[in-house]
Amino acid sequence: MDNFSALLDGFSTVLHPTYLLWALFGVFIGTAVGVLPGIGPAMTIALLLPLTYSLEPTAAIIVFAGIYYGGMYGGSTTSILLNTPGESASIVTAIEGNKMARAGRGAAALATAAIGSFVAGTLATVALTFLAPVIARWAVQLGEPDYFALMVVAFITVGALLGSSVPRGLAALSLGLFLGLVGTDTLTGQQRFTFGVPNLADGIDVVIVAVGLFAVGEALYVGSRMRHGPIKVIPIEKGWRSWMKPDDWRRSWKPWLRGAAIGFPVGTIPAGGADVATFLSYASERRLAGKERRKQFGKGAIEGVAGPEAANNAASAGVLVPLLTLGLPTTATAAIIIVAFQSYGIQPGPLLLQNESTLVWALIASLYIGNVMLVVLNLPLVGMWVRVLRIPRHYLYAGIILFGALGSYALNFSPVDVLLLVLIGLAGFFMRRYGYPVAPLVVGMILGPMAEDRLRRSLAISQGDLSYLVSSPFAASAYVAIVVLLALGIWLKRRERAQA
Amino acid sequence: MRIMRTGAAPVGIVLALALAGCSSLEAGGGGSDAAIDELSIVVPAGPGGGWDQTGRAMQANLQDEGLVGSATVTNVDGAGGTVGLANIANASDPNTLLVMGLVMVGAVETNQSQARIEHTTPIARLTEEQEVIVVPAESPYETIDDLLADIEKNGKDVSITGGSAGGTDHILAGMLLKAAGMPPSNIGNKLNYIAYSGGGESLAALLGNNVNAGISGISEYAEQVQAGELRALAVSGEERVDALPDTPTLTEAGYDVVLTNWRGVVAPGSIDDEEREALTTAVTKLAESDAWQATLEEKDWDDAFLAGEEFDTYLDGNIAESLTVLKDIGLIR
Repeated sequence: MDNFSALLDGFSTVLHPTYLLWALFGVFIGTAVGVLPGIGPAMTIALLLPLTYSLEPTAAIIVFAGIYYGGMYGGSTTSILLNTPGESASIVTAIEGNKMARAGRGAAALATAAIGSFVAGTLATVALTFLAPVIARWAVQLGEPDYFALMVVAFITVGALLGSSVPRGLAALSLGLFLGLVGTDTLTGQQRFTFGVPNLADGIDVVIVAVGLFAVGEALYVGSRMRHGPIKVIPIEKGWRSWMKPDDWRRSWKPWLRGAAIGFPVGTIPAGGADVATFLSYASERRLAGKERRKQFGKGAIEGVAGPEAANNAASAGVLVPLLTLGLPTTATAAIIIVAFQSYGIQPGPLLLQNESTLVWALIASLYIGNVMLVVLNLPLVGMWVRVLRIPRHYLYAGIILFGALGSYALNFSPVDVLLLVLIGLAGFFMRRYGYPVAPLVVGMILGPMAEDRLRRSLAISQGDLSYLVSSPFAASAYVAIVVLLALGIWLKRRERAQA
Repeated sequence: MRIMRTGAAPVGIVLALALAGCSSLEAGGGGSDAAIDELSIVVPAGPGGGWDQTGRAMQANLQDEGLVGSATVTNVDGAGGTVGLANIANASDPNTLLVMGLVMVGAVETNQSQARIEHTTPIARLTEEQEVIVVPAESPYETIDDLLADIEKNGKDVSITGGSAGGTDHILAGMLLKAAGMPPSNIGNKLNYIAYSGGGESLAALLGNNVNAGISGISEYAEQVQAGELRALAVSGEERVDALPDTPTLTEAGYDVVLTNWRGVVAPGSIDDEEREALTTAVTKLAESDAWQATLEEKDWDDAFLAGEEFDTYLDGNIAESLTVLKDIGLIR
């Protein structure tokens, strides 16, 4: 096991008191910036990257690994507590996590997110250590039709988010698909639905939509209910023993493992990245939950936090596989990691492992350590974060709107984005008021453009020949799996009905 | 502990504001005897990319060399840089520089931007990067002739990948087909260009052997060529590049095409001759300084300094040429 001894060497480089302090510092500052609504991991790393420039390469990489994991965890914290996801991959977390927080189970949600991230992150980093070259070889062989097949699978998961009224869910989904169209078409460079406004040419940032719908819409809704009397807040139980009850552990560990199993491979292939993995994990948890538990989905099911959070972290480690072995950035965060590497004098590419093996293994060892530090730092803080919810509502929601506006402005330093946030927030208020679910909108907005690009590129390569879409083994088996699962679902339902 | 509990959020705000402040208000020390006291550099893209790195390197070197009293960098992202272009076209402060380049020339046309580069005052071209045309290692094409002959024969069966539609990579593809003797009216029917949002993404399609050829900046593909995953057919500059010494230029291969992805700076359109002179002097001194040369070395950028009337002429030619190619490709009418 060559990799194993190389990894031990990496640990011997990194396990040094000074470096451990740097790791703690990285995780702390990453979490602190990551908890700001609207600031996702990519933004966090971009903002904090200059801090690492002054350090020597090993220390810089360790701080960086800490920021990477800290930024991701920070994003989940705001999703759960304040319903303001900072990036597309923590949108699913907000759906169940925020419901849990409102039922007074915020601590359990935060704890299952932290421990799940740790478990999945560790498993995925182990997989990265041993499987990276093999997986990278396989993943790069996937073509556009394969990615499109994956998008189709992801779209089917939207069904899990539609809510109680299918027509309303589909209406929200369609609105999301439409918003996804706004901007410059990647394949032809033509602008669509931009109405001549240059700021719309790059499309509407999904973070603005998520913060607008979830946070601003929510704040407005709560504001409109205030005069109907104070809102009941369920007090948080004291003492860390109450964070995760035995039942929570029992319900969480399988989603953690499944999340890791879904997240790592999806992160590895150069397709959508972590957000697709979280959708897939959520849908499978919902499907696998028993009849009783499935009713809790949408009302605060712990599986719906544990699975996607684990998938998110595993996918983030998976993203490093093509990055370290082939030099392929597959997400926005990965692209910023490349910039970071270049500033440390490392050129990511197929020769990276040969040329810079000491630094790469130091990085992988740092990822293990960053992961441990994350739990060490954040589990004790869970109680503190949860107290945020005890802030009187009017202050809290004023703060959320302020942070949301700040985060949207910080995306491009453009006032137009703040205006968009207000408009989308109003839309979110009316959707909530009239019972339209917001999650399908956001998911449609993320998946729509990805699926469109993949489909059109496939058809451009094949020059319109539809059979190209099912010509590869991966795509063909994905479609067969979909058909089988759908048929099975219908058959099971019929049988249930026949028995009843 | 009480303070800590409620204090966590404010700590976050302060931190964020401090960080946001760093990115936009990196003012240098006090006044100096430089002709320009406060220079504002506008980067029309987000942090981290090529334009941003150019702007920040200029900021650091201009301040360190005492060529300006202080310099600030502002990122105005969007629409291939044309949002930043509109910003500078209307700027009233004469001591403002906009980082721009060939990518913006194409973006102005494809985005049908109201603000045009002609509305600004050209100052200087600073750096450039050559483009490289590659094929997967298993590809049957050994030379650029093979590739172009196959496109001539089989048209859209041959797919070429690269960065965004209408960008440098796409323009070079159009110029190549034209130089190979295909009539301009037919280029749109022959070129099957598969656009990705960046060179990194197109790399995946090439490595997976899903497309026939790729065009991007040297830095995007060189590593893969050295590793033997891709084969470089030609580079697009006037001379061969150090990273790929065995790869011929397009001119050597017999195609009259020279195109580099250059970067430079322009100033607001409203400035007078004296103000233009001051900016040009500062940028010229910068380009000649040892510190800037060291930066070029470190970042692996090619020196392409060109100022004054020569740059005016170059820019005009560049805009006209890009416009023609974009029309040939069929992206604009």
